[in-house]
Amino acid sequence: MDISFENVAYTYQPKTPFEHRAIHDLSFQVSSGTFVAIVGHTGSGKSTLIQHLNGLLRPTQGQVTIGDYQLSSDKKLKEMKELRRRVGVVFQYPEHQLFEETVAKDIAFGPANFGVDQAEIKKRTYEVIQAVQIPEDLLERSPFDLSGGQMRRVAIAGVLAMEPEVLVLDEPTAGLDPRGQKDIMDMFYRLHQEKNLTTVLVTHSMEDALHYADHVIILDHGTKYMEGKPAEVFVKKEELNKVQLDLPEVIQFIFKVEEKFGFRLTYRGQELSELAQELKELIRGADNHE
Amino acid sequence: MRQSFIEFNNVSFRYGEEHPWVLKNVSFVIYPDEWVAIIGHNGSGKSTIAKLINGLLFPQEGEIIVDGLKVSQDTIWEVRKSVGMVFQNPDNQFVGTTVRDDVAFGLENRGVPRPEMIKRIDSSLTAVSMNDYLLHEPHRLSGGQKQRVAIASILAISPKVIILDEATAMLDPTGRLEIMSTITEVQDKHNLALVTITHDLNEITKADRVIVMNDGKVWLEATPREVFTKKEELQLIGLDTPFVSKLADQLTNLGVEINNQPLSHEELLEELWISHSKM
Amino acid sequence: MNNAFIIGQYIPGESIIHRLDPRTKITIIFFFVIIVFFANSIASYGLLTVFSIGSALATRIKLSYIIKGLTPVWFLIIFTFILHLVVTREGDVLFELLSFPVYSGAVAQGSAISLRFFLLILVTSLLTLTTSPIEITDAIESLLHPLKRIKFPVHELALMMSISLRFIPTLMQETEKISKAQASRGVDFKTGPIKERLQAIVPLLVPLFVSAFKRAEELAMAMEARGYQGGEGRTKLRELKIKPIDIVTFGIFCLIIIGLYLTRT
Repeated sequence: MDISFENVAYTYQPKTPFEHRAIHDLSFQVSSGTFVAIVGHTGSGKSTLIQHLNGLLRPTQGQVTIGDYQLSSDKKLKEMKELRRRVGVVFQYPEHQLFEETVAKDIAFGPANFGVDQAEIKKRTYEVIQAVQIPEDLLERSPFDLSGGQMRRVAIAGVLAMEPEVLVLDEPTAGLDPRGQKDIMDMFYRLHQEKNLTTVLVTHSMEDALHYADHVIILDHGTKYMEGKPAEVFVKKEELNKVQLDLPEVIQFIFKVEEKFGFRLTYRGQELSELAQELKELIRGADNHE
Repeated sequence: MRQSFIEFNNVSFRYGEEHPWVLKNVSFVIYPDEWVAIIGHNGSGKSTIAKLINGLLFPQEGEIIVDGLKVSQDTIWEVRKSVGMVFQNPDNQFVGTTVRDDVAFGLENRGVPRPEMIKRIDSSLTAVSMNDYLLHEPHRLSGGQKQRVAIASILAISPKVIILDEATAMLDPTGRLEIMSTITEVQDKHNLALVTITHDLNEITKADRVIVMNDGKVWLEATPREVFTKKEELQLIGLDTPFVSKLADQLTNLGVEINNQPLSHEELLEELWISHSKM
Repeated sequence: MNNAFIIGQYIPGESIIHRLDPRTKITIIFFFVIIVFFANSIASYGLLTVFSIGSALATRIKLSYIIKGLTPVWFLIIFTFILHLVVTREGDVLFELLSFPVYSGAVAQGSAISLRFFLLILVTSLLTLTTSPIEITDAIESLLHPLKRIKFPVHELALMMSISLRFIPTLMQETEKISKAQASRGVDFKTGPIKERLQAIVPLLVPLFVSAFKRAEELAMAMEARGYQGGEGRTKLRELKIKPIDIVTFGIFCLIIIGLYLTRT
């Protein structure tokens, strides 16, 4: 589903002493099938933004369009449930939402709420546990007996079982160890491609944004600061430094090489091995002129 | 020979008879003034080590010596005087209703007189640059700020060792940087041992020594530089080497001469520079 | 926060009433609650009303805000008044209301009781409006201190209260997070028959309890690691000090008691 924000603003507790404007004048478009990363500091409005994607919040100004559904301040969306089924959200530390007696029941909870029949739920359960790599014999166990990493996977499976078309991920790897982080991100990327999803990833990791996203939106103080292809956005050193964001490490390093050696070296999304090759040629090549 | 400060002698631990061993026959020493990083994937037993050091848990086998005392029911309060601990979740260790009250908590427990308390609260909050937040309530602080308050609470009781048990795991990159620079500074200024427990290899570069845990066992004890040479092995046990060592590896494979395993961008650039000028 | 109901709310400020020692406030309110029942003449009621309104004005919080904030209580007060009109049968019949005879004694008694009720609520809400929860906790610990001799766990009670206060905002945030996560999984908390809405609470409560227990466990561990071994031998950072203003306030309150004694009939 296409996503579009037009001049969206959201203010918490308006007209009280606690009034707080979380996002304002926010406009962007994401076409169906895109993997988009949303990057910005804590407090830049990322989590307010994503809560608009499945109607948990309605803009106080402007309009949000997800596929055929429209959210605006003046009217309530009648098909809210429909929207929530089609847009799955994996919140930060999703294992905190587990509550059922067994893993299987917890995975079934979402689809059952949306009226999916038992046979279909069963079929989906087997599919999703495979995707998140949870062995079948855990299905009848209590989710609270599992390890932290397994609980995270079960919670994700519960969202995937809704078979959403848009998948919203709010820092899905927070707190996991390096291998866990990579496994989970690779899994989301595979699903994104196989199921032709529209994926919205909120992340603090510039590396993940660079590695997985087709499009990056950078938020600062509640509004869009920059957007574009990762390889283009992340080389704008001065602009990013201005909002205290780091460059991905590989790009930082390339800049340092340029500075120290005076070489021209551009980041085009090359693999580490290609970069090493280029560096080698530059070091030896420069030598030939001496 | 140097006098050891913390000693693990053949320590094994499990949560109960039916449970698997979390630590199996673990032995190591930590010296005073030393920064030791303990790394390992989630579930490798690294956090259990922290809880054993100050007697929040007791081993089934082996013994643990802290500052000359064998850790046991009878010595825990003595041991806890010299051991300060920062835990993972910033929210679940903040006891006071304000920053000032939280730092006071540990001092109150030790019966420190009020005028002395006020002095120590001030100096320890200044050490972590949180002195402007004296009356802030915890829900108005960021995760990084809460962890800095936790570090201040510990500095206030002048321990001989500070243990950071995955204290950065739940923080955003800004918070992580705050904590890393705070503890680097603290270690510089105070005479104490530092034990940092983490799964992030970027956080071990400044440590004097690294203990790598895997499956409840000490898998490797080495300097950070040595650790980073074992890229493949580390990946096998669920850890990941930083960008510089990966790139250094690739360069080595292509025949570029890199003599000293680099720990930072600058060190790798230096290696390349040497290699460049030799050509 | 979004409604105007003020009972239990704390509004920070610098007024005389804010600066009073919380123990002074609690003690005065304690005695006020008792002496309200001794008022029995127009003059004595007048005296107490002047004292209460005077104190309310001294908080520097807008009186209209306080009065409006007591809206739900107003209904109770009016209801009490009407109940008395209907039930009490003393004195002369004044007039008939919807064929019910209304007695003069009923009007007098109804007004007296409603006024008492109002004064009680007003004065007690002044305590919470001007005293932070942690100050109230400190005051309770200090006032209950003598009970320690009979092994009443005063310190533990106070610590429990202060930890609860500390965790209220944290748990509120958590509740919101979990309810949003479950709403995203198709739970509808707001519409539908009551039975379904009650069922919708389970997916909210279970995770909330699980997390609260986990927090409790971790907090207990952190407290132990920080050397907490109970109240024995502890010193305190927070200290309460009786200031001249407290003594003056007590004096005024004693005058009110004497005045009440003189104006009683």
